[in-house]
Amino acid sequence: MSTIKPFGDTLDDGAVQLSFTLPITWDEAADEAARQLVTKMGFSDVAVVEGRPIAAGFSFFVVYARTPVAIDVSTVAAPAASRDALDMDGVDALIEKRIGRKLRVVGACIGTDAHTVGIDAILNMKGYKGDYGLERYHGFDVYNLGSQIAVEDLVRFAKQREVDAILASQVVTQKGSDVANFTALAELLEAENLRDGVLLIAGGPRVTNLLAAELGYDAGFGRGTLPSEVATFIARRIAERVPA
Amino acid sequence: MQLRIDRGAVVRARRLAGAIVDPVAAFISRHSTVSVERAVARVCGVDGVDAGGIPLPNRLVDALPARENGVARALGAALAETGRTPQQVAEAVAAGEPLGDPALTPEAAIRAALAPHAERGLARIDANRAQRAALLARLPQDPPPLLYVIVASGNIYEDRTAAVAAAEAGAQIVAVIRSTAQSLLDYVPFGATTEGFGGTYATQENFRIMRAALDETSERLGRYVMLTNYASGLCMPEIATTAALERLDMLLNDSMYGILFRDINMQRTFVDQHFSRQLNARSGIVINTGEDNYLTTADAVEQAPAVLASQFINEAFAHQAGLPDAQIGLGDAYEIDPDLEDGFLFALAQAQLARQIFPDAPLKYMPPTKHMTGNIFKGHLIDAMFNLTSVMTHQTIHLCGMLTEAIHTPFVGDRALSLENARYIMTTARRLGDEIDIKPGGLIERRASAVLDGSVQLLERVAERGLMQAIEDGSFADVRRTRDGGRGLEGVFAKSAAYWNPVAEALAPGEAALR
Repeated sequence: MSTIKPFGDTLDDGAVQLSFTLPITWDEAADEAARQLVTKMGFSDVAVVEGRPIAAGFSFFVVYARTPVAIDVSTVAAPAASRDALDMDGVDALIEKRIGRKLRVVGACIGTDAHTVGIDAILNMKGYKGDYGLERYHGFDVYNLGSQIAVEDLVRFAKQREVDAILASQVVTQKGSDVANFTALAELLEAENLRDGVLLIAGGPRVTNLLAAELGYDAGFGRGTLPSEVATFIARRIAERVPA
Repeated sequence: MQLRIDRGAVVRARRLAGAIVDPVAAFISRHSTVSVERAVARVCGVDGVDAGGIPLPNRLVDALPARENGVARALGAALAETGRTPQQVAEAVAAGEPLGDPALTPEAAIRAALAPHAERGLARIDANRAQRAALLARLPQDPPPLLYVIVASGNIYEDRTAAVAAAEAGAQIVAVIRSTAQSLLDYVPFGATTEGFGGTYATQENFRIMRAALDETSERLGRYVMLTNYASGLCMPEIATTAALERLDMLLNDSMYGILFRDINMQRTFVDQHFSRQLNARSGIVINTGEDNYLTTADAVEQAPAVLASQFINEAFAHQAGLPDAQIGLGDAYEIDPDLEDGFLFALAQAQLARQIFPDAPLKYMPPTKHMTGNIFKGHLIDAMFNLTSVMTHQTIHLCGMLTEAIHTPFVGDRALSLENARYIMTTARRLGDEIDIKPGGLIERRASAVLDGSVQLLERVAERGLMQAIEDGSFADVRRTRDGGRGLEGVFAKSAAYWNPVAEALAPGEAALR
């Protein structure tokens, strides 16, 4: 069975739930407008189970419906950057055995982004969800530059310290600022002829490995990523480059 | 619901906090900053920008022949010599005219020329305060916890629509979150703005637009809707000034937030926070402190004593600036890991502890953010537990959690769901906290006691070394900041013997005489 539909309570029923706001004052006609709108989206069996005013000129709806479309999952691929992560001792052992020196890692929230919660979770000694951050590893020298770092400053730092990996973090995504900043960093590294010498890694709640690949990054890590997953990726990738 | 707490430990913590801030106060009284001076210029009526978009308060202060004497002396002398208004003097400076040597003008003439302008600015601030009191009497708010929501579109006109919709859905306080980098700008942007990242620029015109919309909404709804912004970063005194002039009701205003979380120089922050808080005291603006930030960057269970210690320090700094307890909105947040067994009990312990230690402070309770995920259904449940904690422990300022916290800046529908959640929990469990007793010696009481003891120990360590050294050593939030590091140090200067600041004198007559 490789072609599938959403599953409510029966195979291939195509059941989905939606909720949204319409910029109209609520009345019965607003419910009907919501129903017709969802029908126009291509859904069938549309049931507006909740429709009510939330403010003057705004109504909120909860809708159940069925979709006629299906997807062939055998055609879908989305390789994750974090597969079979090692633990801290495993990563340290890999670095010691295969690389034989400490890896230098620099991390920063680039552009105007001041939200360091993600990069701190990965780098700070304390880590995240009981998984220690890279500062705690024997195998890494970590530089956490913090918030609002211009990509020029990050690239200059990376060049001076000859780092092995750059971790760029973006939490704010409003109006595409994250993609613009990620792109600026990748392009500047290319322009400075530094791109091939470093692992370039993107992180943030809306980052996926696919998005990162599209932007020319080596990997992307999204919500819920553990430090050991990032550590494993860096160690394995650099170990691959070392002649056996 | 009362915890039995060690009153001796509370007294000790307050005494330690006093000992921590006193030496900093001595430093503050000897120094001023460019932002303090620009705030003085703004109170005296200087506003607007030059042809290049640079604010006139900046042009004026940057042109001072001797900034150690303060802007007032040079401005007063220019008024006395030319008969111009402060705005006209600033415009002339922006056009390239140099400021004269104030030593050539008699002291009495300088003071007499500037005094009416400073008085007019302060009178407008006083009138706003009186108007707020009258509005609150005529259009009373629903009882606390006061439901607080954020708007953050980047466009003040879109924010206005969202704010009015949120007020209609039950919001009692609306905050316009600032554009991400504004805290690092050493000027206050000018005019109505429609572009921003992660928020909307704080400008005096944006304040005015939002205040007017919320005033109209308040009249329509029959309850006063409060407006909040952020006096943090490099321009705390100027934001406090513009907020006072446009009748904002609350300001985020922490004594250490900028140092720890925005890498702003500590000397700059300490001087700026003091003057901004003196202004807030005068304007009746309730400050909101930023203890929630300790919890978003580190583990909530471990950092609980640091939150309480910071509350004591913020209280001591606020008292020093003349803020009464009723204007000190000390912060905390519900950031406990949802997987932790009895985590709710820990959150309840901390919230009730703060309530009993600071009985007259309008405590500000922040929602879960760190453990919110794309699972909006679970997120809505975590928010409900946060709402329950808040109503049980009588928090005052309740920042509504969004089920989509981890996903995007809130949709209009997200805010409505969030407000519905808070109103449901706070209605159905309104008096629960008054009806139950906490088990003596039980888990909640033991946790509260451990947090209090931990905060006393932390305050002892800080008091021993001094606050600036303690920050250098990383005592707060695991962040190290050096005395001369960070942004904005170049804007700090020692006052000369001739320094004169009529606004500071009016805000704290006793303090100016001491110096």
